Amino acid sequence: MAIPITVNRKKRMVEAEGDKPLLWVLREDLDMPGTKFGCGAGLCGACTVILDGVAVRSCQTPIADAAGKQITTIEGVSALPVGKKVVEAWLDIDVPQCGYCQAGQIMSATALLTQTPKPSADDILGGMNGNICRCATYVRIEKAIRKAAGLEQA
Amino acid sequence: MNAPTLSRRSFIAASLAGGATLTFEAQLAFAASPMLPEPVTLNAFIRVMADNSVVIGAKNPEIGQGVKVMLPMLIAEELDISWEQVRIEQTDADQAKYGPQVAGGSTATPMNWLPMRQAGAAARAMLVAAAARQWGVDAATLSTEAGRVLDKAGGRSATYAALARAAAAETAPDLAKVPLKDPAAFRIIGQSKKGVDVPKIVSGQPLFGIDTRLPGMVHAALVKCPAIGGTLAKVDDAAARAVPGVIAVVPISSGQCPAGKMDALAVVANSWWTAHKAREKLSVEWDTAAQDGFSTEGYARAAADLLPKAPAATIFKAGDADAALAGAAKVITADYSYPFLAHATLEPQNCTALWHADGKLEFWAPTQNPGNGRKDVAAMLGIAPEAMTIHMTRIGGGFGRRLMNDYMVLAAQVAKALPGKPVKLLFDRTDDLRNDYYRPAGWHRFTAGLDAQGQVVAFKDHFITFGADGKAIRAAELSSTEYPAPVLPNVHMGQSFLATNLTTGWLRAPSSNALAFVFQSFMDELAEAAGTDLPELMRRTLGPARELPTERQGLVFHTGRARAVIDAVTKLAGWTGKPSTTPGKANESKGRGFGFYFSHRGYFAEVADVTVADGAVKVDKVWIAGDIGSQIINPINAEHQSQGAAIEGLAQALVLQPIVQEQGRVTAENFGEFPLLRMDGKPGEIALEWVKSDFPPTGLGEPALPPVIPAVANAIYRATGKRLRSLPLNLG
Ligand code: FES
Ligand code: FES
Repeated sequence: MAIPITVNRKKRMVEAEGDKPLLWVLREDLDMPGTKFGCGAGLCGACTVILDGVAVRSCQTPIADAAGKQITTIEGVSALPVGKKVVEAWLDIDVPQCGYCQAGQIMSATALLTQTPKPSADDILGGMNGNICRCATYVRIEKAIRKAAGLEQA
Repeated sequence: MNAPTLSRRSFIAASLAGGATLTFEAQLAFAASPMLPEPVTLNAFIRVMADNSVVIGAKNPEIGQGVKVMLPMLIAEELDISWEQVRIEQTDADQAKYGPQVAGGSTATPMNWLPMRQAGAAARAMLVAAAARQWGVDAATLSTEAGRVLDKAGGRSATYAALARAAAAETAPDLAKVPLKDPAAFRIIGQSKKGVDVPKIVSGQPLFGIDTRLPGMVHAALVKCPAIGGTLAKVDDAAARAVPGVIAVVPISSGQCPAGKMDALAVVANSWWTAHKAREKLSVEWDTAAQDGFSTEGYARAAADLLPKAPAATIFKAGDADAALAGAAKVITADYSYPFLAHATLEPQNCTALWHADGKLEFWAPTQNPGNGRKDVAAMLGIAPEAMTIHMTRIGGGFGRRLMNDYMVLAAQVAKALPGKPVKLLFDRTDDLRNDYYRPAGWHRFTAGLDAQGQVVAFKDHFITFGADGKAIRAAELSSTEYPAPVLPNVHMGQSFLATNLTTGWLRAPSSNALAFVFQSFMDELAEAAGTDLPELMRRTLGPARELPTERQGLVFHTGRARAVIDAVTKLAGWTGKPSTTPGKANESKGRGFGFYFSHRGYFAEVADVTVADGAVKVDKVWIAGDIGSQIINPINAEHQSQGAAIEGLAQALVLQPIVQEQGRVTAENFGEFPLLRMDGKPGEIALEWVKSDFPPTGLGEPALPPVIPAVANAIYRATGKRLRSLPLNLG
């Protein structure tokens, strides 16, 4: 079926079965491989995108549910004012190790800071604990979020 | 270890931007052509661009260990260019041209510290020689700086770009003799350089194997035999093939491939999602009769039976351990164990392969060891190793999983069935967890004797591992020089073997991650029995500074370096054997523990503070002191690696659950059954100190990991009085 979606402010028409996860529509049909596949079960956060302002796991989002909604992916996150700050902090602190989880981390961090501009340690944990980093870059993820929030200078 | 050398081929068959390989003769002809703003290749690693930037080839697989920056740093340093001039490019896999290309064993630094610098220095010498010839002066009067050759006396200079064409025609100097910089003059080595791919990572650009996209590409999902080693009995694929979008169902032949046991089916479709879903339509029967008998419970029972018996084989014997035990003032005995673990790289295993019409095979492979992949594919498919081109992608986590190349062998077989079509094979998470080369489980019964003065006079270990015929299987070995065996008078280490159908392999700091836990925890028990603490028992047993041989040829264990990191970390943490933090709330207890380990040429001592509340363990702080030689090449990355390794150690200590096997099958399905450490498991703080020594720099991917595991176990004992002797540490 033809499904209209808006990705990074661009309207797209996708030809896919309604139960195909948004993750695979992005990666395969729209040639946007920045959103990553880690578990396919909502357990790792590698596939996180922002859907109408909320961080969601795109592997658990049937494309039919995304119809007509605003989707922001890692490819477009810098166009959001908060996303831009998050990406800059990520570059500054040199957060990634292998880098595979980082798209999801950045999307979760952007959603977190959009909702909670000055997060406490518990807020950060609440917003980020669903995102696994197998390389364990957590120390720098936390630091970069604090930096993007203007809570730390380093 | 002998430092490997670059072959002459590295210099005479350098590749150009377009991927074409020029012979030395062609290069000469090229060099003689009129001045064009074309890139000039000086050797396999260095290409000088018209704008005086320099493309440096990074030859090793990048799994997040930072080698894609570190190796070019070595080259750029000796080439004497500024870091701003450097453009880094991943090379293809071609060991004849580039030398060893492996991400394993923390070997990139020790193996490349000289060769990469020599490659840079040789190119610099050619540029200087070209300038000297042009200016008619003695090369010895010239100097270089930031990509220019300077003639200070003559008051002139030229960019490398202007000299490159002439330099390419100069004879490459003898690598062994080319002068290298005095470390005091380093401008790049020792300075923090950020990850070269980070801008692409934070903007979602394709980088990883899974991101490979080629014209006409098709996608393969995998159906592997549920029990590793089983074979395909029967398949009806008609319904799967009838699914719109499905192109083929390819049986992947069994056979003893060097990379493991391979029976599988691949469903190929125009999208991975379609292929993955169509798997449900297959009706498959597997023959797993030979595997059904293997189970986690079965291993544990068999190990318990074997532990009290005499070992089947001796690993190391010195003096007479039994006689010394009989005469000891105190005898301590304890059983330790650890489970099978999966690697669970966040990027699932995948590989893209294209079988060309002429029988050549091209790969886009996230592999830590492309050379072995080439060999495995050659052996399995009977094609010549040279008939393969392997492009190395960035890799979403390695941890040793991708030292094995099963995904290359699988993808090659599917590609062969569909010539002319690039095939991307991708495991789902369940495939990945159930078809790993697991860190093998192990059991140890230790017995040690102390004399009246608290000296360790006897030491025994009966190790139950996996293997047969007196030989442990891959990554299941115990070295005959495992500390403290080499320093004690009466030692008997022996092993007995269990069989398994699981494939085993190297998990970051292989063997060491498990052995550090069991040996350093048991030594903590001995220290207590001797009325001292573990750092002190270590100092006592290490004795004066000297070199002890190890099982690995050319690799020594330096007791002085061990002492130095032990002293450094105890000082850094203010070690008194007690927690530094103030006592916690009523339901909390705090403890501090220590661990030391030598692995992958690195010496690491670590201290951990834990708080235990209602049976839950929180790691408050970890202190790390490490000695990896005279130079920390890239300090920011060294810090990242140490943090990552220590936190991964905490995951092994506290979070990762055993890989469970029932009826030959691994049961874990996803991160629910095999949870990884999340942000809530990160320690409150990590403090790191480098102990510099006069030894050539060595690697850092692994050695910071092992000691944190016993440090946490020993801290939990101090906090609770409970000695936890199996992983994961569980207060129940
Ligand atoms: S891939 Fe979606 S949560 Fe893991
Ligand atoms: S950086 Fe490798 S998984 Fe996070």
